[in-house]
Amino acid sequence: MIVKMPFMPVKFNLQKRVKLAQGLWMIYWLSVIVGILIFSLGIFFKIELRKRSEMMDSNESHLVPNLLILVGLMACGLNAFGGKVCHDSLDPMKFAKWKPMLRSYLLLCCGFNGLLLLTAVLCFLMQFAVYLTLAEGLKNSIKFYKDTDTPGRCFMKRTLDMTQIEFRCCGNNNFRDWFEVQWISNRYLDMSNDLVKDRVLSNVEGKYLMDSVPFSCCNPGSPRPCIQHHLTNNSAHYDYDHRIEELNIWTRGCREALFSYFSSMMNSIGMLILATIILEVRLHPQHTTMEDPENPECESDGWLLEKGVKETFGELFSKMKILGKKNQVDEGGDAEATT
Amino acid sequence: MVLMSVKFDLKKRVKLAQTVWFMYWFAVMGGVLVFSMGLFFKIELRKRSELMDNNESHFLPNLLILMGLIACGINAFGGKICYDSLDPNKFVKWKSMLKSFLVLCMVLNSLLFITALLCFLTRIPLQFTLAEGLKNGMRYYKDTDTPGRCYMKRTLDLMQMEFRCCGNENYRDWFEIQWVSNRYLDFGAKEVKDRIGSNVDGQYLMDGVPFSCCNPSSPRPCIQNQMTNNTAHYSYDHYTEELNVWKRGCRDAMLSYYGGLMNTIGALVLLVTILEVAVTIGLQYVNSSLSTLANPEDPESESEGWILEKTVKETFTDIMATMKSMGKGTKVEEGGEAAVATVS
Repeated sequence: MIVKMPFMPVKFNLQKRVKLAQGLWMIYWLSVIVGILIFSLGIFFKIELRKRSEMMDSNESHLVPNLLILVGLMACGLNAFGGKVCHDSLDPMKFAKWKPMLRSYLLLCCGFNGLLLLTAVLCFLMQFAVYLTLAEGLKNSIKFYKDTDTPGRCFMKRTLDMTQIEFRCCGNNNFRDWFEVQWISNRYLDMSNDLVKDRVLSNVEGKYLMDSVPFSCCNPGSPRPCIQHHLTNNSAHYDYDHRIEELNIWTRGCREALFSYFSSMMNSIGMLILATIILEVRLHPQHTTMEDPENPECESDGWLLEKGVKETFGELFSKMKILGKKNQVDEGGDAEATT
Repeated sequence: MVLMSVKFDLKKRVKLAQTVWFMYWFAVMGGVLVFSMGLFFKIELRKRSELMDNNESHFLPNLLILMGLIACGINAFGGKICYDSLDPNKFVKWKSMLKSFLVLCMVLNSLLFITALLCFLTRIPLQFTLAEGLKNGMRYYKDTDTPGRCYMKRTLDLMQMEFRCCGNENYRDWFEIQWVSNRYLDFGAKEVKDRIGSNVDGQYLMDGVPFSCCNPSSPRPCIQNQMTNNTAHYSYDHYTEELNVWKRGCRDAMLSYYGGLMNTIGALVLLVTILEVAVTIGLQYVNSSLSTLANPEDPESESEGWILEKTVKETFTDIMATMKSMGKGTKVEEGGEAAVATVS
């Protein structure tokens, strides 16, 4: 004879049950608010990715924000439903109609928690993808900086300038990235000038390279007016040594700046989701006590699982095996019928 | 002859009290809103106080904060009174002070209205403060080694980038002052000596602007130096060039920013004032309906509610008469005292 050994049993009388139901109802409403928060964070993250999509080569993956939006909506719905069930559990007649679907609802909640866990893991792992996309995207941005007359790229200059100003960075890895690229359009170069001709001929690809950076690299905190041109030529400027000058232009690279911004955002969202999982898991123990007897005033038992953890798993597996065998028998029967 | 009287039975009275209680909670939130707007405006003024020559008047944000707190307190108290009005026993203790409370509410409403008006008018003094402050800001731009002014350059640069403006009226203001510190000028160079010798004050003036004036939307890299010299740059005509640097002056830009902010705050304060007037009228109805019960012992009896017991004209003459009698009362007392003094 198998003895029923509930997992973490607790005794309940009517008062305790009422208190439990009320407490649970409050937690459900808190969870609904958290669900709304996750939804709005997903939208915020999506908007941020869109804003910088030019820097990411229009190649960024929207998987994480879409998943966040979906999870937020599901959390709202499930928890609102749970709150309604809790509210009705105080009235035995209303509760009767919810009783049959309670079990499947609990299974759904378990599945939802698994999905939350997956989302949190993705939040932490997708940062690598963002890093790689940024590296590629910024390199191309710098290359297309001068193409203000090419359709599709005419706003790259403005976007890159605003990004460098906002994030206080210069270039991809550092400001020297600007020395390797021609960032002045040919339309504004006087090709008959000797200086221009020298520079263009000085490299294989015929690019007009200079040791200068755009104005958006300038640091407003510098005590002297910004030195943008002839950065490596100490004699071109009075009292200037480019090796020790630190405040003139931003020394950080934009890839690092953008990545740290996005990574801190994703870490915070991941932490919030982990906290949500903990909140959701705490709700489960209380669910199973909502099995009311006929007499509402008598005592009852509450538990987390009806049998021990091992036995519950054993049951689940045997059920799945039976389902599998049934399919095989069906197929066998079909095969016989056809022959 | 009462002003706008309405008949009330128990049910209607209860509904009235509940509605006014509900409206009082909205009014409390309105008070919180006024308080936070005052706080926000104060912070915004502080942020730019360097550019206003540390001379800006904090009168209006302080007034908003004070009014917000007072409104919260009075509305919470009014809500409590409404809540108690449903229970005749509890209401008895409030009955006596209700009239003075209502007068206090009316004073508060008029103060709120005056605050809203001030919000719309504050643009004028702000204009003068900004004009003076920006002129000095630009003059001290180069003094990055003078204590007390060393952050002026950064503040001005950040402001020009944020508000998308250049100079006081326009970018030519930068041509009239020396914005490069002497520490970075090579006085041995001929060019520097020429420029300094070219004007009475011995200032190094140039037709150039700081980098923060540059417009990122310009299709060509920013031209900051030798702006009025067309031959210094390829394919450049400074008369027709519009996208190179910001065309707007910073005084205009900041004035429109603060003006918009003040208009919004003024409009919101007006809305809160209207809400306050509504709850005051509601409370007056609650008061009058509970004080005119046909049968004072029976809470279910009918009653009448009004805004003013007599018509507006009569109420006004009443108030004037009360004030005159109060004045005469003090005069008579003085006369009496004088008589007593002379006698003795």
